[in-house]
Order: sequence, then C-alpha cells, then structure tokens
Amino acid sequence: MIPFLIYAAIFIASFVLVKKVLRRARPQDFTSLKTVTFGDESAVVSDRTASVVSIATIFLLWGMFTGSTLLPSFLHAPGPFEGTTQFDYTVEAGGQRDSATVTVVVHPIDRDPVLPEVDPGDGFAKNDAAAVGRWRSGLIRVDTNDEIGRDGGAVVVAIDGQPIAPGERVRVADGTVTLSDRGTPNFAPSKGWQMEPIWLPPPEAVASRLMEIASEGFRGATLAEHLGLSLFRVLVGFALGALIGIPLGYAMGLSNWFRGWFDPIVEFMRPVPPLALIPLVIIWAGIGEAGKIILLFLAALWIMAIAARSGVSGVRISKVHAAYSLGASKWQIMRHVIIPNSLPDIFTGARVAMGVCWGTVVAAELVAAEAGAGMMIMVASKFQNTDIVLMGIILIGVIGFAIDMLMRWAERVMVPWKGKG
Amino acid sequence: MTGLAIENLSMRFDLPHGGSVQALKDVTLNLAEGELLSVLGPSGCGKTTLLNIVAGFLAPTQGQITMNGHRVTGPDAERGMVFQQGALFEWMNVRDNVSFGPRMAGRKASDYGPNVDHLLDVVGLRDFKDKAVYELSGGMQQRVALARCLANDPDVILMDEPLGALDALTREKMQGLVLKLWKETGKTIILITHSVEEALLLGERLVVMAPRPGRIHREYRLPFAEMGVNADLREVKKHPDFAKTREEILSMIWDMEEEIMGRTEVAQ
Repeated sequence: MIPFLIYAAIFIASFVLVKKVLRRARPQDFTSLKTVTFGDESAVVSDRTASVVSIATIFLLWGMFTGSTLLPSFLHAPGPFEGTTQFDYTVEAGGQRDSATVTVVVHPIDRDPVLPEVDPGDGFAKNDAAAVGRWRSGLIRVDTNDEIGRDGGAVVVAIDGQPIAPGERVRVADGTVTLSDRGTPNFAPSKGWQMEPIWLPPPEAVASRLMEIASEGFRGATLAEHLGLSLFRVLVGFALGALIGIPLGYAMGLSNWFRGWFDPIVEFMRPVPPLALIPLVIIWAGIGEAGKIILLFLAALWIMAIAARSGVSGVRISKVHAAYSLGASKWQIMRHVIIPNSLPDIFTGARVAMGVCWGTVVAAELVAAEAGAGMMIMVASKFQNTDIVLMGIILIGVIGFAIDMLMRWAERVMVPWKGKG
Repeated sequence: MTGLAIENLSMRFDLPHGGSVQALKDVTLNLAEGELLSVLGPSGCGKTTLLNIVAGFLAPTQGQITMNGHRVTGPDAERGMVFQQGALFEWMNVRDNVSFGPRMAGRKASDYGPNVDHLLDVVGLRDFKDKAVYELSGGMQQRVALARCLANDPDVILMDEPLGALDALTREKMQGLVLKLWKETGKTIILITHSVEEALLLGERLVVMAPRPGRIHREYRLPFAEMGVNADLREVKKHPDFAKTREEILSMIWDMEEEIMGRTEVAQ
C-alpha cells in the first residue's frame, strides 16, 4: 500500500513540478495555442520527461524498499531491526515470582552472531543472551539457566510486565514476543517496511548477479548461450513459419480453392494460444530443440498466413486494373503490384509473430528445457534465487522490446509507403 | 478499321439477394481515331460501368466492343486508363510509375527513357521524378497517372472522373493539360465526368446518359474543346454558346434527377 501511495505522490508531484513550474517560462508555441487539443489524438505525444521520471521512480521505489546501497540511506524505507535489544520476562514457580532480562542480538543471517556476556543476576530466574537472524524469529529457552526450569514447574507469566499466556503475543522494544504452546517465548524482531532479498533483492544484487552469470554462466551454459538459444529458436521457428505461412496466405488470397481449403484450418488454429499446444508438442516431439521449433513454427504460421492473406485481399482493385491496362501480365501484377502492396501487412504480421514467438519460447522453456532464458528463471526460482529470476525477467523484457524496435525499424526502411496508399 | 465501336452494349448485375439491376441497355457508340468524347450523366447512370467494359475489366451481358478490328475481351495496353484516384504504385518513385508500362513490356531503359523524361517535362514533374508518389499533392499524383498512361502509348485513353478529387484551381489547370495532351498526341480519349462544365470543355463530342436503365440520352458535337486548345479556358467559358449549352444540359440532368427522386418516393 505504502509503495503505491509514494508512487502516486511522485506521479502527481512531478507532473505539477514539470508542467506548472519548469515549463511556465517557455515561450508559447503553436501547439500550446491550439484551442482544441483534448480529443485531438495527434496532439498527444509521449512526454520524454514523464518517461524518464517514470523509470527513475520505479528504480527509486525498488531501491527504497530493498535498502539498496545505491541510494543514500535517508531515502530507505525503515529497515528490519538489527543490533541488540532487551526484554524482561517474569516466571512464576511455586507461588514465587522472579524477573530476568533477555539480551537478544539480531544479526544479518549470513553472519555468525557474537553472543554478549551477561551477568546472571539475582533470584531464581537468570538473565539470558540469545541471537536471532534478521527477518527471522527464534524460540528463546529462557528457563535453561534458571534455578527452577520449565520441568520444575516454572511458567512464564509476563513479558516486560505485560501478562501473557501460551499462544498470546505482546509488543516489546524492537519486535514482538509470542509465547509458544509449551510456554517458551518466541522473539520476532521488527521487520520494518523493506522487502527481504528472497522476495525482492535490491537492484545492485540483480546487477552483480548479471555480471556473475554473464562471466561464469548458469547451469552449464553462459548467459549469452541461454539467451542466444532462446533467440535462435525464435528466429528459426519464425523463419519457418513465414516461409510456409506467407505463400499459404498468398494462395488463400488468390485462389478460391485454397481459400476454402485452408480457411477452416487457419480460422480454427488462429484463436488457439500457442501455449495450449505445448503439452501436445512435448508428447510428440519431446522437450528438445525440435519440439520448441515446431511450437514456434505453429505460433508464427497462422499469424503470417493471415497477414499475407489480408495483404493480398487488401490491394485496391484500381491498382490491379491500372497494371492490367498498362499491359502487365498476371505474373508481373503478382510481382510488381500484389507482393509490394502486401508487404506492409506482412511486416505488421511479422512484428506480431515475433512478439508471440518470443513469449511462447519463454513459456515453453519454463515448462521444460535444457537451456534458455525461460529455463534459467524456472530453475532459479526452484532454488529461490530471486535475483536471477528478476534478472531473467528484465533481460527477457529488454530483448522483447529490442525485437519490436528492430522490426519497426525494418518496417520503416523497407516499406516506407505503409499507410500512405 | 481503326477507332472504337461499341455495339448494343447491355450490362445486367445480379444482386446478392435476388433480382438484378440493368446498368446499361443498348448502348451504341462509334469513335473515330483522335476523337475526344466526354460522357456525362447523373450518378447511377452506368458511366463507370461503360468505361470498365470498354477497358475490359467487365464482360458485358450483351453486345460487343470492337477496337482496331478485333473484339475486346479483356484489358490491354491499347486502352489506357486514368482513375479518379491515381491508383499509383506507392512503392515506386514517380519515374518508375511513369515507366511501368514500357518496363512490363520488356523494353530497355535506353529505349523508353527519353520518352518518359519528355512526358515528365510535359506534365511538369521533371524535378519530382525521384520522389515517392505519396509525397506529391493530389494534382501532381493525377499528372503522374496521366504521364504513366501516355508513356505506354495506348490508342485510346479512358478517364474515369480523373479530375473529380481535385480542388477547383488545380482542376482548371489539369483541364488545360488534358486538352493540350489530346491535341499534341492525337489520342482517342473517353472522359467520364459529373461536371457539366468539364464535359463541355473536354468534349468534341458529348454524350449525356440517362439512368435506369443506363442509356444514351443525347449526343452533342461541341466546338469548345477545339477553342480551348488555342484560347484560355476561362475565355471559352464566357462564350454565349457555352453558357447556353450548359444551361440546357443542366436542366436536362436536373429533370432526370427529379424523375429518379420522384420514383423513389413512389416506391416508398
């Protein structure tokens, strides 16, 4: 909840700051003088500042709630308690009451604690020392050094003067104490607002893990091999899908018989999510390369066939007529009119297909694979290596984004007439 | 025999839910070589259908078209077409669009090149020959379409409201250009238009068609195209005969439209 409130606050504050304060001094340009900008979708462009602030905010929140060392510590959300704290307990035995102090050292879990020497004190209850890991909790057998132990009938009746019974909980300085069913205090140091690395590691941990895996590899393959293998599968699957799908789409766009023959198949297969084919493909082709490539081929095939079909069907009849009356033959019309006219649609289809293939390959590798981006995060999650999981997700996102950008660029270069016919 | 003979042409379209529409009925027209014919009529009178049949895009239900002594059975380079919207190939630059016909015929660049450059000069697009066609204005695109048609050297040029989508000023300039090209090249031209003024200016012969069924209503022989070749088109429009003919044809078309409207009212 708190992170969302901070997020919203940064959103509003940066909006007000940028729009009202920083940009007020700007000269009024034509766009700002337009009377109607609301509803004019062409007037809405992505604000670079907003994008930069947005990304910075995500990293800021990530750092704040994971205690990142990249941030100055005053920006950190309250962290888990670490250090030495004390609470008192009161035991009752045979009508007598006595109190003693427990000194608890709360230590980072990857470091061994040093227990302090404590003075046993007076009375039959003696002072204790114990160690509990950060974010953890621990039973503290306070009676072991007492003159009358639990077996002697001693019962803990109060913590820090607050009465307590088994199953109940009281707040103490820097944490809570719960009395177990058998009467042993269980101390849980306060957790603060930060996330434990096992849930969400700080950004620098993910970055250092990236460096480590990039240089040392993971599960017998380097990072480049994992990602490269996934990309390779996508490219081969997509290439095969396009190789079959585009001619199929052309045939469907040009021949009634092909259209009638393949329409039911294509229209049936199109709404089937490729992920739903994974079990069948595994049964048929196993979890090896062949299965993955068949799956991606199927994912790309229908998209490319439909894109090519609509590219052919979308040709303006006057263009075909013009070509005919200029003396072009059927084959020349195919080559010089229909194919170039369908390219924008094919590129759109290719962009969609690449996106779907990338998503499908990761999913397929999550299910079963010997290497690959999906396999990497799946295996890491089984060992609770959250940093590797996060790193994998970020890399998968970056690669997916890069593929889309590359396809857009190719589209701009190769079919500049798109949408201008 | 050269020229174009349209004999007893009828065209009936079957509607998808039964019934049919008689788009053309017994249309007969003979064009001598080098004639400039404009076809005028209210919307729905079958002008475009007629042109599509002459171009060979549609087969008539009855009748036939003979050109250069053979029967028309499909589109051919001898009959060039200029569409309302250029129907240009936007994946080619201006020059490649204009040289499309010769290139498809397998002619060498050295062979057609000078003619293409000359035509680009004539239509005033010499400086735009390497531009993409979608970068041009509507009037320029129409000029590319004209040049593309001429580069293929057809015997007949069919124009389907070629200036319909242009603004008034560009349209007037283009009308001058069409006349100039007609005179210079001596091509037979059939021009379809819904503008009475344009039909008068760009027609040695003018055919007024009537709708339902589409048929030839009246035919005129006009002097204005010949005048327009040598004089300013605006001067031609001031000619008393021009105004008189325009009014006559306008009221004729007006009556037809009224008749159609009346009929639909009755039908309702």
